[in-house]
Amino acid sequence: MMSPEKMIRMANQIATFFHSQPSEAQADRVADHINDFWEPRMRRQLLDHIAQGGEGLDPLVLDAAQKLRTPV
Amino acid sequence: MKDFIIPDDRDMGTPAKTGAPVSLSIDGFDVTVPEGTSVMRAAAEAGLEIPKLCASDNMEAFGSCRLCVVEIEGRRGTPASCTTPVAEGMVVRTQSGKVKKIRRGVMELYISDHPLDCLTCSANGDCELQDMAGMVGLRDVRYSAPEGGGLANHFEARDSSGEANPEWAPKDESNPYFTFDPSKCIVCSRCVRACEEVQGTFALTIEGRGFDSRVSAGASLDDFMSSDCVSCGACVQACPTATLQEKSVIELGTPERSVVTTCAYCGVGCAFKAELNGDELVRMVPYKHGKANRGHSCVKGRFAYGYAAHKDRILSPMIRDHVDEPWREVGWDEALSFAARKMRGLQETYGRRSIGVITSSRCTNEETYLVQKLARQVFANNNTDTCARVCHSPTGYGLGQTLGTSAGTQDFDSVEHTDVAVVIGANPTDAHPVFASRLKKRLREGAKVIVIDPRRIDLVKSAHVEAAHHLPLKPGTNVAVVTAMAHTIVTEGLMDEAFIRERCDWDEFMEYAEFVSDPRHSPEATEMLTGVPAADLRAAARLFATGGNGAIYYGLGVTEHSQGSTTVIGIANLAMMTGNVGRPGVGVNPLRGQNNVQGSCDMGSFPHELPGYRHVKNPDVREVYEDLWGVKIDDEPGLRIPNMLDAAVDGSFKGLYCQGEDILQSDPDTKHVAAGLAAMECVIVHDLFLNETANYAHVFLPGSTFLEKDGTFTNAERRINRVRKVMAPRSGYADWEVTQLLANAMGGEWAYQHPSEIMDEIAATTPSFSGVSYDLLEEKGSVQWPCNEAHPDGTPLMHVDGFVRGKGRFIVTEYVATEEKTGPRYPLLLTTGRILSQYNVGAQTRRTDNVIWHDEDVLEIHPHDAEVRGVKEGDWVKLASRIGDTSLRAKVTDRVSPGVVYTTFHHPDTQANVITSDFSDWATNCPEYKVTAVQVSPSNGPTDWQEDYAAQAARARRILPAAQ
Ligand code: SF4
Ligand code: SF4
Ligand code: SF4
Ligand code: FES
Repeated sequence: MMSPEKMIRMANQIATFFHSQPSEAQADRVADHINDFWEPRMRRQLLDHIAQGGEGLDPLVLDAAQKLRTPV
Repeated sequence: MKDFIIPDDRDMGTPAKTGAPVSLSIDGFDVTVPEGTSVMRAAAEAGLEIPKLCASDNMEAFGSCRLCVVEIEGRRGTPASCTTPVAEGMVVRTQSGKVKKIRRGVMELYISDHPLDCLTCSANGDCELQDMAGMVGLRDVRYSAPEGGGLANHFEARDSSGEANPEWAPKDESNPYFTFDPSKCIVCSRCVRACEEVQGTFALTIEGRGFDSRVSAGASLDDFMSSDCVSCGACVQACPTATLQEKSVIELGTPERSVVTTCAYCGVGCAFKAELNGDELVRMVPYKHGKANRGHSCVKGRFAYGYAAHKDRILSPMIRDHVDEPWREVGWDEALSFAARKMRGLQETYGRRSIGVITSSRCTNEETYLVQKLARQVFANNNTDTCARVCHSPTGYGLGQTLGTSAGTQDFDSVEHTDVAVVIGANPTDAHPVFASRLKKRLREGAKVIVIDPRRIDLVKSAHVEAAHHLPLKPGTNVAVVTAMAHTIVTEGLMDEAFIRERCDWDEFMEYAEFVSDPRHSPEATEMLTGVPAADLRAAARLFATGGNGAIYYGLGVTEHSQGSTTVIGIANLAMMTGNVGRPGVGVNPLRGQNNVQGSCDMGSFPHELPGYRHVKNPDVREVYEDLWGVKIDDEPGLRIPNMLDAAVDGSFKGLYCQGEDILQSDPDTKHVAAGLAAMECVIVHDLFLNETANYAHVFLPGSTFLEKDGTFTNAERRINRVRKVMAPRSGYADWEVTQLLANAMGGEWAYQHPSEIMDEIAATTPSFSGVSYDLLEEKGSVQWPCNEAHPDGTPLMHVDGFVRGKGRFIVTEYVATEEKTGPRYPLLLTTGRILSQYNVGAQTRRTDNVIWHDEDVLEIHPHDAEVRGVKEGDWVKLASRIGDTSLRAKVTDRVSPGVVYTTFHHPDTQANVITSDFSDWATNCPEYKVTAVQVSPSNGPTDWQEDYAAQAARARRILPAAQ
């Protein structure tokens, strides 16, 4: 859908923000943000990329993966 | 035809005052007015008009004409009523034999130096001099030039012997929209005062004294065009004679009817009277009861409406199977069924989510509501987005998270109570001119302004305005600067602790305070990064925190960054920590770009939100619409504009209905946008002109201008203003009707008869709009949402008794450098903006005489950067980024700092967006227009890309002659 670099960049930008937040639940908040704003195709692409190892993704995005809603 | 009844529109002579009531008697009538009111205004309040020439109620009294004299019991002489304040128990006579004689004498003098060509004068019937001559009963003029003494007047070019009259001056016709005919001037100086007091430009002066005095634009050799005049029209409106007169009135005659409507250009949302003869628009006059503009205007709304009648307008629907083919003009039915067939076919082949819509910030609320409804109800998906994506989406996120609503907190009147204004990433004198005039007025009264902008904008220094501080930050470092300001305020103990404890979450504040107090956020630590001298930054922060009512105004220079949302959060933090929320004079004020950015967001244009900012994941919200529309609403967010283009290139997004937007010109990374559009199988463009996006369209549906339809716009202060139809749509249908026809061609079964019914549906489904109706707008003129049971008259100020979200929330704002970095190949930072005379992509303003002020985009470059590259003023230069290149002419100026270049994006030939990258805000995908690493080098003219583009555009715009 997006170029892989662009997708990775966008996901990491979100992670970067929540990294800076003094919160226990940073991964939840990354997942919430992506669930709220990313269209199913985009989440599919992200999940597929994670399934293949998630190269280039911020660890926080990987942590968030389980909380991402699977697109139907 | 039902026209809005214009409320009392009289000129009351002097401005309204607020003060304790004072009672007096005028011609035997008792009247009570606020202290400080002039006798003239008091009389007007009682319905008694005193003759006047130099007074007008939008400027302070001047007392020069002496036509307004009255007698006051117990006072000697005959004081001028415009400059005499009322006093308790005063007894005034406006019509004694003595004052009548004086007035007639005054008029006689005026008329003796005024041509008597009333019948052929362009102001005939609309001339205060004429009215006053009638009112004072002037019957003869006894003055004449002394025998053999030469001409003693200003209005005859030559005397009877053919000798030139040295007092005479020719008409100045240099301004495209109005003329200045000195022979008709009575030197009342209303124009001069309007330019100073209302507009704040100080372009006009009175030169000379006594009989020799005359009005002059700029220095004596200047004309209006070469002076500082910004063509706002305030002087033209103020002029009681035909001296300053709209050219359209000279050409078309005085108008006989008027309709109140709203400017369709910027987010200030000025109210205008459209003055017409039949359906011919003669002029647009700012409406004094307009609550956003209070009778003022700028060149765009006042004069630049000629595009509505421009020959380039497309008035017939057109279709084509392929974008390489020329267009075929067809009837509405054929175009709509062609479009509907294609769109439905795409959904059958590629799935429900393969098509979408883009709504426009230029269209009315009702139109926008229908376009998103088309996606949600008829397409059954949430693929709807708006151009606000590319401007103020970070405002929605940032203010929503901190304060609980994306709404700007104030009305424009609030600026009259501001003591310290902070202007960040906005250039109001160009982009929000009428707000700028109101701000400058407040600055002349002693308020201070802090400008945070890479460029030395006019607010930094211009006539009678000087910023207390200008922080010329490096593009892309907003978060660092805003956080350093917070550091200063917190570490120096300047915050408003009582406010924070009462109104905000104290624990979150403590976390935030700990974060900002870290020395790495100090102005000294970030100086290298931001380029802002630490001492200046500290001084600015102190001034904001301690200088009284502090208001922050910001624009796209804040939002259009990869950390746009974070900066908005930082701005909200600053306002909360200093207690600057919830009363007049303070607040967080996003200056919205286009006329209806606010409204298009309110109306559910975003793919994740139903109208009223309610997420599609919430079943209770979906249910409201499911019950009404009889369909299931998708619970997944849809595609945002950049995502639509990505999906198109990827082959899963195939059809787009784009209303009133030109994404090819306005969105970043033009080549990527073009590739996305080219990959779609059905692009429907609904617009006034064959815009750039239409180069890739298969269906063109002609649009209607704001003059041709009913509706509402919502301005930057959340004010819902009526747009009123003053003439029939030239293409046959108003835009809301076209969307309805398209929906119905796809089986929508809509049956709206009038936009008021659409507003009724909006009110019935959106809590913050539940009190809004056309009847209410008719009654009140305008209303600011939330407007509902709790706020039946609307809400001028937000968060008065508490934040919308309950407790205000401080959020940590860590600076993260954008990935867009300068380096050896691209050592300069490009930032973009706009100028006064042009609007957005320029589709409208380029089709008016406004091009006189800006006929091409130029690249501003610092003399130092220009010199090392061998670039001189006016040279063609190539502007290249890692994305693409284009060429334009250079303007060498120290308005930009070394290392920064600046341009506008009003002209398609320049295509500044060929350069801009697809980097975007982390939270909202709002593109990072404001920072691109570039290189500048001399060039000979347009690049190959520009030539290819122009050729493709020319090919794509061919229209087959209509079949017989
Ligand atoms: S048009 Fe506006 S800026 Fe120009 S001289 Fe008149 S008042 Fe001043
Ligand atoms: S140009 Fe008009 S407003 Fe200005 S001084 Fe002359 S008559 Fe008065
Ligand atoms: S462009 Fe903006 S400031 Fe100018 S008249 Fe229109 S709404 Fe007012
Ligand atoms: S109107 Fe009062 S002096 Fe001119």
